[in-house]
Amino acid sequence: MSYLEYNVKHVPTGFRKILHLNWPLTILLIAVSCVGFLMLYSVAGGRFMPWAEPQMKRFAMGLGLMIAVGMVPIWLWRNLAGVAYLGTVVLLIAVELFGSVGMGAQRWIELGSFRLQPSELMKITLVMMLAAYYDWLPAKRTSRPIWVLLPIVMILVPTALVLKQPDLGTALLLMCAGGGLMFLAGVHWAYFAVVFSAGIGLITAVFQSRGTPWQLLKDYQFRRIDTFIDPSTDPLGAGYHITQSKIALGSGGWTGRGFMQGTQSRLNFLPEKHTDFIFTTLAEEFGFIGGFSLLGLYALIIIFCIAAAVINKDRFSSLLTLGIALNFFLFFAVNMSMVMGMAPVVGVPLPLVSYGGSAMLVLLLAFGLVQSAHVHRPR
Amino acid sequence: MRRSRAETDASQAKLSRRAALLGGVQLLFMGGLAARMNYLQVEQADQYLLLAEENRINIRLIPPTRGEIFDRNGIQLAQNVPSYRIVMVREEAGDVEEVMHRLAKVIDLDPEARDRAIAEVKAAERFLPVTVADNVSWDYLSRVSVNAPALPGVSPEVGLTRVYPRGSDFAHIVGRVGRVSQADIDAQETPDAVLRIPRFQIGRINVEAREEGLLRGLAGTKQVEVNATGRVMRELSRREGQSGADLQLTIDSKLQNYVQARLGTESAAVVIIDCENGDLVANASSPSYDPNLFIGGISSADYDPMLESKHRPLVNKTVQGTYPPGSTYKMVVAMAALEEGIIGPDDTVYCPGHVEVGGRKFHCWKRAGHGSMDLENSLKQSCDVYYYDLALKVGIEKISAIAKRFGLGIRHDLPLSSVASGLAPTKAWKRETRGAEWVIGDTVNASIGQGFTLSSPLQLAVMTARIATNRMVTPRLIKSIDGIEQPSGGGEPLGMNENNLRKIRKGMHVVVNDRRGTGYRSRIIAEGMRMAGKTGTSQVRSITTAERARGVSRNEDLPWERRDHALFVAFAPSDKPRYAVSVLVEHGGGGSTAAAPIARDVLLQALYGGEPPLDAYPTGDRDRIAEQQKELRDVQPQATIKGKDQA
Repeated sequence: MSYLEYNVKHVPTGFRKILHLNWPLTILLIAVSCVGFLMLYSVAGGRFMPWAEPQMKRFAMGLGLMIAVGMVPIWLWRNLAGVAYLGTVVLLIAVELFGSVGMGAQRWIELGSFRLQPSELMKITLVMMLAAYYDWLPAKRTSRPIWVLLPIVMILVPTALVLKQPDLGTALLLMCAGGGLMFLAGVHWAYFAVVFSAGIGLITAVFQSRGTPWQLLKDYQFRRIDTFIDPSTDPLGAGYHITQSKIALGSGGWTGRGFMQGTQSRLNFLPEKHTDFIFTTLAEEFGFIGGFSLLGLYALIIIFCIAAAVINKDRFSSLLTLGIALNFFLFFAVNMSMVMGMAPVVGVPLPLVSYGGSAMLVLLLAFGLVQSAHVHRPR
Repeated sequence: MRRSRAETDASQAKLSRRAALLGGVQLLFMGGLAARMNYLQVEQADQYLLLAEENRINIRLIPPTRGEIFDRNGIQLAQNVPSYRIVMVREEAGDVEEVMHRLAKVIDLDPEARDRAIAEVKAAERFLPVTVADNVSWDYLSRVSVNAPALPGVSPEVGLTRVYPRGSDFAHIVGRVGRVSQADIDAQETPDAVLRIPRFQIGRINVEAREEGLLRGLAGTKQVEVNATGRVMRELSRREGQSGADLQLTIDSKLQNYVQARLGTESAAVVIIDCENGDLVANASSPSYDPNLFIGGISSADYDPMLESKHRPLVNKTVQGTYPPGSTYKMVVAMAALEEGIIGPDDTVYCPGHVEVGGRKFHCWKRAGHGSMDLENSLKQSCDVYYYDLALKVGIEKISAIAKRFGLGIRHDLPLSSVASGLAPTKAWKRETRGAEWVIGDTVNASIGQGFTLSSPLQLAVMTARIATNRMVTPRLIKSIDGIEQPSGGGEPLGMNENNLRKIRKGMHVVVNDRRGTGYRSRIIAEGMRMAGKTGTSQVRSITTAERARGVSRNEDLPWERRDHALFVAFAPSDKPRYAVSVLVEHGGGGSTAAAPIARDVLLQALYGGEPPLDAYPTGDRDRIAEQQKELRDVQPQATIKGKDQA
């Protein structure tokens, strides 16, 4: 069903919309953020500065933004999808040309005091674009090659730009999110099977070629891949942090050492204890129960999103909600895997908990779209 | 476009199915995360709790053992000896300055060294051990151990340091190591992690520097458990590094010893090359210096005199120094003329003592003139006019081309620092670098190895070896790497006319062995050992008309730095060349008096593999030589270690 066929009479108007927000989801988001404030307070040694207070202010702003976005009819967002997508691609190119260099990669544009990271925004606008595309595309064409090729191009263009920054982690996340959305939209299994086997084939070929005269990568590139996959080959770099992170986590035990009782000095080993590695603090201080609870909260957010998507009869709304949920999932899944030594260390924050304004604002903006989809769903 | 109800329902159902599927996968993954959390926090909790509670895990680099360097007979030239040192880990020391002050009292560290150590500890990564005192005596080491409780984060360590047992004899070959600096790290795109160990030793010059990649090896790592005061409790795991490769040089250290001793305090250079395979068997530059002084950081009291000395002990004169080759260049000019067929060996040129070219008068060294000269005589008596004439006929381009084929004016790739390429000038070269046209007088100057022409002693030795063999002899310094023999520099055929070369060799033979030859006084009389050579005396100043009017001033009357350079190139045995040698004595005066005797002594030493019998020398020289041999036996240093004992 397309938005043209909405029975808009039943859609709430004015401030009544507030009552129709997805309140369980909103409360879950607030709960997760509160966990974040608590941990930021703790890693600062029991102080609101320098992290907890700014984070709370930004969360309040973000919450306002989310509700504001939620008030805007979803069909408006749908119509804006193409513009938003193209705009973000242009921003990515702008970063390439004028962006600031941070951590060895060009990632953000300075806009006064605000740092805009277009690759963050891209995760959302790509999902919007694809959801709008599949809403417009008649279902029977979904699996025709030409109509499959088009979204692939839509995914690969920003991926290539992000890869050039270079930010391999975000590029992979973009591909996963885009691919996930195509899967949800009903693209035939065979395509995924082909892409998977081609990918595996390529990777095998690259590794098989190692040491032969026709090897596809230079020796030092192979070594970099080694370190990426197995950080213990770089014991003073990535491997060191993983070791320390695992000790902090493991020493938490069942119930943890108690709030503010984590041996902070030990965590001083971790340079990113308030950002990417914040989960170790939680797990050390609140133990398995604390870590598991946070995981539970995340799971509930995913479940509520899926539920909201399934009851929503508007195809764009469903796809958008699921896409944003998938993005959210990828964030925390990658971060937790990394902290627990199951994945290579890539700079992915723990959503809503890690310190960082721009990522949080973009995330809440995305959940604003989920709210809008929910409020304006056809009834 | 309206879509049918059925169609939208079908796609909606499909979307729900896939959403459920993807959601299921996501939940499954979260289950995996929970399981991992359970494994780390519940099952392995005791182990990690223990690690966190009692100890900390530290990862330390095991510096690789630097490859050692040997001479061709397996005598050690650079070795690693154990040394005790004190290291400090910043995060365990807590208050670095306080601990450092206490430590300075325990081991009597002077304030300057102490402050430097504090800065180094603060600059390093918090968990890396930093050496704060090197080469510590056993006494101090035990004091540190006794005072351990007051010195958190401080621990003694045994390490290796570089020592050069042969001291100054090999400073210009083996070179030396020095402490790594920030600039070294910045210079590399992906610096090796071991470089971040402060005071890590890396090659600074010569073989140590040029073969750094082979010598350094790869660092290993060890995970160690340390207790609350930072002392290592036990090693958890260890990944061995890889030692650097051992290098064997082509140098014969006994011969090298002798040559350095023979040169004494003279400002001089000697290169001996094996004609058969290009091996450099000796490469001596004098005066030299003791590389051991540099290892722990050299004091300015030691360093300044080296910098200021007129004899430049820090310069490797054999490869780095370039000099006008003087008359040793005459073989090049002669060969160019023979190869071009401009003259035959028996054609003569009349030498009246000078010629006039382009309105300028060019003199022969013998003002009265040599009279009628053929090739052999011109080499024997080193007649300048003969070569002026040849050079004018054959032209500078041909001369330069032959010089390059003989190995002059090109850079020989040796693992030594600042190998100079010298200069075999051409018209194009002058136009490009000087912005001036080549004039005929330049050709005349070049014909006797003056003017723009520059060669290093190494190049002259290569030239001599190529003349002696008619093969492309290429110098080689590394004989084998970790026991793997390196390609020899015996070389392809040089492709010159053997008959012409034979004439040149004959000329060089008579230089030394004919009564009227310029090198006759330095002849070898042992049969089958005879030497062939060529003297050279290169001016470092131009002789003014006024001086010429007064009668050219004698070298001995001039201040040292204005005297001529003395050169001599030779090979022996002259009928079956085995070694080629070049000798340069800076401001030594004449090649026949200052350089040729050295060449004879070192060649005999090389040919006999030790001290030659006296009857290889002419009868009249024997008493003097016997005296000299006796002196040198006393001077030759045997395995001296002059490392400075610090702290």
